[in-house]
Formats: sequence, structure tokens, C-alpha cells
Amino acid sequence: MNIDSIENGLVIDHISAGQGMKLYNLLGLADLNVPVAIIQNVVSRKRGKKDIIKIDAHIDVDYDIIGFIDPEATVNFIKDGKLIKKCKFDMPEKLVNVIKCKNPRCITTTEQELPQVFELRDRAQGIYRCRYCEAKASNRES
Amino acid sequence: MRSAIDIIDFSTEEIEELLATALDIIADPDKYADACRRKKLATLFFEPSTRTRLSFEAAMYELGGNVISVSSAASSSASKGESVADTVKVVSNYADIIAMRHPKEGAALVAANNATIPVINAGDGGHCHPTQTMADLLTIRREKGAFEGLTIGLCGDLKFGRTVHSLINAMVRYDNVKFVLISPEELKLPSYVKKDVLQARKIPYVQTTSLEEVMPDLDVLYMTRVQQERFFNEEDYLRLRDTYILDTRKLEAAKKDMIIMHPLPRVNEISVAVDDDPRACYFKQTLNGKYMRMALILKLLKEAGTL
Repeated sequence: MNIDSIENGLVIDHISAGQGMKLYNLLGLADLNVPVAIIQNVVSRKRGKKDIIKIDAHIDVDYDIIGFIDPEATVNFIKDGKLIKKCKFDMPEKLVNVIKCKNPRCITTTEQELPQVFELRDRAQGIYRCRYCEAKASNRES
Repeated sequence: MRSAIDIIDFSTEEIEELLATALDIIADPDKYADACRRKKLATLFFEPSTRTRLSFEAAMYELGGNVISVSSAASSSASKGESVADTVKVVSNYADIIAMRHPKEGAALVAANNATIPVINAGDGGHCHPTQTMADLLTIRREKGAFEGLTIGLCGDLKFGRTVHSLINAMVRYDNVKFVLISPEELKLPSYVKKDVLQARKIPYVQTTSLEEVMPDLDVLYMTRVQQERFFNEEDYLRLRDTYILDTRKLEAAKKDMIIMHPLPRVNEISVAVDDDPRACYFKQTLNGKYMRMALILKLLKEAGTL
């Protein structure tokens, strides 16, 4: 399968297979009027299988979301068809308005204007807890 | 603004300071009779809890202060859809300190983030209830003299029981404390509490389903109620409710100086006949709760610069 190289924009590579669509949704890419390609289950030497997202435009994305979903994913910044920077993003200590608390007893379920805040409690397991009720969330379930 | 949301927000030194103040209040109540003169406590109780509200109100009156009160969600503007944030902003203009109970977990944190006066969490759903733990600590200190070296049996609902989780968090700071976790399989202590609190600090603990077997080892037996509101299924509730009932026969195997605690209210998990046993401390806990609430009100008002 061929997807054209991009001229100016971002390639999020080495996303764990199955996480690409989740990342696409959390980054709000569906709402943008720019060319975006999501490629799933590509063969990867490092990881067996991987997902890739290509965004053919310079846009601001929340890099914390990429770190949350997969800290092993690499972000390639492309300008005039050339790779100018490549980085990874650590799991952020805090996530604000990225995921929602699923605990029906949490105050955020009745007071929906409150910011949804999750704090990292276990980096090795990727476990976050709601700032209000301490309900668990992880990048594997959200 | 310093508030009291969770017991873990207080350092060991601060807990010791609160215990010392409470013991001083017990020794010389007159010294504190006017400590909060012309100060007002607002009790905002958005779900029913007569006991805790009365304890806070009695505490403030014994400090010479006054109380203004919202006693139920139905009589407050929360029933008109007002947010916790707006409610406490308004109440901050009328009172010097707030004690709040709310059915939603995390409501106390929202209140503390928005109030301009200290907020005491008097229970936020199944989440935290720090002044209950403070009452438990004062009871253990008064009855056993020290926290160090105690074997503490926690019995009943260890899964949903917030008082149990808070007490573990508070007691693991002291040396040579051991826990015996007594519960049916369905109500075992959550693995994150075992992992993050007990195992992380290398605190010894034993898990068992038999209260009788471990009874002779215990210095403290902390009984809990299996709460109906935590179950979706009536059948499960009824089956588990009667798993552990403490009676005088079971107590025969206990140490002569073991203490029996319970956050109350009880349903049937402690037989009424046990009340006459000198080891029964659950009614003393409620009195100790008032003293610790007095100590906490004083500390928070001093830190806020109000006293």
C-alpha cells in the first residue's frame, strides 16, 4: 500500500498497533480540514506491527497526548519534504481535558464544566488517576 | 488556603500536633472555651449524616464559636443546580471555615479549590473522610498509648470501606505496625492499596477469611459495615452482610487488652452484648472524633490567619 510522502507536516511513527485510531481521535484530527492519513498494522522491525499517522500540514498538536498514548511513538517533523527533527514524548505527569473520568460517582459527572484532570501514578504501567476521585485510567483503556 | 481533604495531606508531625492539641483539650477544656469566639463554621451536608454533622457542630460550640448550617441537599441551592464551586464561594462570605459532606467523590477538592476559607472534608462519597481517621488515631493513641508495634485487624468490607484505606494510609507511617486483613473474597482490600501502600513500604500483612483464627494475635480489631449502597444486587449484599458478626463468644479468644473499633453506624456486625465489654471502644471513637475536629478547626483557622 502506498501513501505519498508529505511535504510539510508531521509523521507520527512507531505507534503501537491498535493505538493509532485512539490517538487520531484524542488529537481531534477528524475536526481539522487538512490531509491526514492513518495507516494501521504496518510491519515493523522493532515492534512487529505498528500504526502511523501522517498529517500534511503544520498544525499545533498536544504532544502530551502522544506521550500518554504511546511514549515509544516517534514524531517526525517534515519541512519541504525533508526530516528536520525527530522526537519522542514522555508520558506527561498530568493530563488536562484529554480523557474523561468514567466513575459514575465522580464529581465531574454532575459538574461537567470542571476540567478533567488525571495524574500519572505508575509510569511503568502507564496508570493515571483522576485528580478528584482517584479512579484509574490507563493509555490502554481510554 | 489550607484545607483538609485527605488524611495523606497531613504529615506525621502534623498528625502528632493534632493529637497533642486534642489531648490538651481533653485535659483542660476551659482553656479552649473561647478559642473560636465570633468565628463561624458552616456545615454543608449534601447527603444525610446526623452523626458527623453534630460532631462538627458540637466541636465548634465547645470552642466558643458559632455554626451556620445547610442540613440537606433538598434545602440548598444545589437542588436548583448550583455548582459546588459557586456554593462555597458564596458561603466563604458568611463563614470562617466549612465542613462539607457531599455524595460525589472529589467534591471536597472542588470546594477547597474555590473557597476563600478552609474546607474540611466531612466525607465525599466513598472517597475520603479524614476526620474519621483522625478520630480512629486518637482512640488508638488513648487506649493503647502508642501506634508502634501494633497488630491491627481490619474486618469486613475492605474493598469499599474508605475508613479502612485511610487508616492504613495513616498507620503505615509508624514503626513495626502489622495488618491482618479479614474479609470475604469479594470484599478484599483492593490490590492497588496492597501494592502502593503496604508492599511499597514493606509493611507485613496477612489476608484471611477467618476472624476466629487470627483473633488471638490482634491488638486492635477494626470492624466495618458492609454498605448496601455499594452493591447493585440485594442478594450479594444480604449474603456478605452476615459474614462476620462479632459476639462475646468470638471475643473469648481475644487478648484482654485488645480494643474493638467501628466507624459506626453498625447494622448487625457487632452484637449489642459486646457493648458492655470493656474492650469495646466504638462509642469512645465518636467522642474522640469531636476532640480531633476541635483540634483541626483550630489548626486550619490559625493557618488561615483567622485566629
